[in-house]
Parts: sequence; structure tokens; C-alpha cells
Amino acid sequence: MTKVTLTVNGRKMSGECADRTLLSTFIRENLGLTGTHVGCDTTQCGVCVVHMDGKSVKSCTILAAQANGSEITTIEGLSKGDELHPVQAAFKEHHGLQCGFCTPGMVMAATDIIRRHGGNLDEKTVRAELEGNLCRCTGYHNIVKAVLAANAEMYGAKQAAE
Amino acid sequence: MYETTYHRASSVDEAVSLLGKAEDGKFLAGGMTLIATMKQRLAAPSDLVDLRHIDAMKGISVNGRSVRIGAGTCHYDVASSAELRAVCPALCDLASHIGDPHVRHMGTIGGSVANNDPAADYPSAVLALNMTVITNKREIAADDFFKGLFETALEEDEIITAFSFEAPEKAAYAKFANPASRYAMAGVFVAKNGGDVRVAVTGAGSDGVFRHAGMEQALASHWSADAVAGIHVDAEDMLSDLHGTSEYRAHLVKVMAKRAVAAAG
Repeated sequence: MTKVTLTVNGRKMSGECADRTLLSTFIRENLGLTGTHVGCDTTQCGVCVVHMDGKSVKSCTILAAQANGSEITTIEGLSKGDELHPVQAAFKEHHGLQCGFCTPGMVMAATDIIRRHGGNLDEKTVRAELEGNLCRCTGYHNIVKAVLAANAEMYGAKQAAE
Repeated sequence: MYETTYHRASSVDEAVSLLGKAEDGKFLAGGMTLIATMKQRLAAPSDLVDLRHIDAMKGISVNGRSVRIGAGTCHYDVASSAELRAVCPALCDLASHIGDPHVRHMGTIGGSVANNDPAADYPSAVLALNMTVITNKREIAADDFFKGLFETALEEDEIITAFSFEAPEKAAYAKFANPASRYAMAGVFVAKNGGDVRVAVTGAGSDGVFRHAGMEQALASHWSADAVAGIHVDAEDMLSDLHGTSEYRAHLVKVMAKRAVAAAG
């Protein structure tokens, strides 16, 4: 057993788990944050994406022990109270989901894409960068629209603030 | 996944000592292959020694055309290094197409090369760029490093700490990715330094990554995609599986080589 301490969505959280426990399992079962989903469980579908120390990772392919001491952001940590994160708002506005199962991973992936490209995004880039996230409902079209809209919103807001 | 005991090393020496005490331990780099393999119960190490927190194994330094890449550097950092891109953009491009963005944040060059998956991208770069593989024990020339499918010259307690190479005048990597897994079904890395040309093929060979002497000679005398067209790639030496026959792969190798030479300019 290992004691794992993470800073999750700004709050320090600890739990005991077996060394072989996956980060996705730890987040869902020890911490009770079930917004992070588990789909394929083989590093392909991306519904388990969280941010570890600011970077998107697939939490089903990382041991909780590997993540020990890190800062984790899950889908629950994006909104400010009732105010949706711009990426969440864009997914809602542009209907970037149908069943919603892939959405937490899509949103976490999208925020990471926007962070890395600093406003410089086009459709081709978004489609290439969504390589590690599968959606079986939407055909991706509205997801791509949502990511581009969120990027414009966030980058535009950032420019206005400067 | 079977039970395992996790250890975190903060230095290479500590990692070696931790592995020495383990019954059947394994070094863990980014874990993008090893953790997935353990989940499938295809590997069951008694202990994992995590190398990800050894800072001395991370980072890229470029001095003139001499490049050194720490083995613990993740694919994303290789892909996005402006310093590396200035002297060897081919390696950045290769790294930018491994897995997906989330995998590239965890997976490392050292982990990939030590694993030597026959469909991994990096081994072709190590071979074509004539890299020196630096370990905690010695320096190994690329030509002496790869020993067949998943086999390398590394000893059980040997850790790759860095790679070094001289950036060539021209280089490029072209791969035909499996449409589902995105692993290379054929990936060809070409590098040209004066009259010295190296062509390394991954994903296709039945014995893992290999250099193609015929293409190297043809390109050394005439650097153009056309020079590769007449070269014979033997289907006997190729992998054959449900994704493609050996004849198909032999053909792909030639097509990827032509594309790589054209991209290198």
C-alpha cells in the first residue's frame, strides 16, 4: 500500500491504495470524483484525460503512485462555481456532445490544446490534436467547432486584457 | 494488473540500487508501454523503479551541431524544442507524431529506445542519426545497440541516461501509420552528411529496426527520390501480419524512403 497525496483542483487530498492502482481508479474510487471516465482502459479513447502538473495525460495509464505529489486538475476543477469554463460553455453552445461520455476527456484535452497553441489554432490542428480522444456520437464536427470557438473566446479575452 | 511494488528514484545510482534489491524489477520511464503491458498481464514485474523524477536525465542541449538529449525527455519536449528544430527538424517531426498529445506528455525517448518495439519510431532516428547511446555504464554506438525485436545491448541494470549525435546536413522521417494504432507499419528515417548517407527502417523488418545498405549506397551517389526507386527491398526480411503482408511492407518501405528523401530536400 502507498499513501498518495495529490493536489486535486486546488485541494490537497490523500488516500491509501495498492501500488498497482491506476490514477483513474484512485480519482474515481478513492477521491469520489467520477467526472473522469474510464472507457477503453487501453490508452486509446481519452475519456480519462486529466491534467497532471499542467499537462494533459491519460490517467488510466499512470499509476496513482507515479502521480504522488503532483497537481491534478479534473473536469470538476474547471468551472468557477456555476460559471462554466469557456471550453465547457463552447461545448454546450455548439452542441459538441451527444451522449456525453467522452466529454470530460474532450474538454480536458481541448483546454490543453488551447494552452499549448496560445491562440494559434486552425481546424486542421484541432483535428490532429484530438487524435487521442474518441467520440462515437458526434462525428467530431461540433467538437472541433467548440474548441475553435473556445480558443477565440479565450484568446480574444486574453488580448483584451493585455 | 498483477501486484507490484512502486519505488521512486531521485538519481540514477539510487535507481540501480533499488533495482538490485528487487526480485524481478523493471525500470519505469513514462510508462506508456510498460503500464499498458502490465494491465494486459503481459508483464508482471515484482517492482517498478520510476525514473521520471531524475532531473539529470531530462533536457535538450544543442552546441553548434552537437545535440544531447536526456533519456528522460518526453516526446512533447523533443517535438517542441526550438533549439533542436533549428539543427534537426526531422527529429522534432518524428516525436510530434508518436501516439497522441497525452501520450507525448509522458512517453520518453529513453523508454522508447530501451523497449525497442519493432514498430516504434525513435529507433530509426537513433540508427539513421548514428546516435551514441549513453548509459550509466558506457557509451554504445547505434549500430551496436539494437539486437532484434524488443532486444538491445542493455544489461538488466543498465539505464540509458542520454543520446548524443551530430546534426546532419539533411534528414527526414516518413512513416505509414497503422490507421488504428498509429504505430509505424513502415517508417524510414534518412540522414545525409556529405557523402555519408544512413537509411534506417522501422515498423517493417521482421528483426526490428535495420539499415538498408542498398538505399544508402544509391543515395550516397545520387541524393534524390528517384535514386531509391530502382532499389530492391526484400520481402523475405519483412514482417507479415493481419495489418499487411511482407510484400506490402516491402513496397511501403520504398515509398516511405522516397517521401523521406523528398521531404529532406
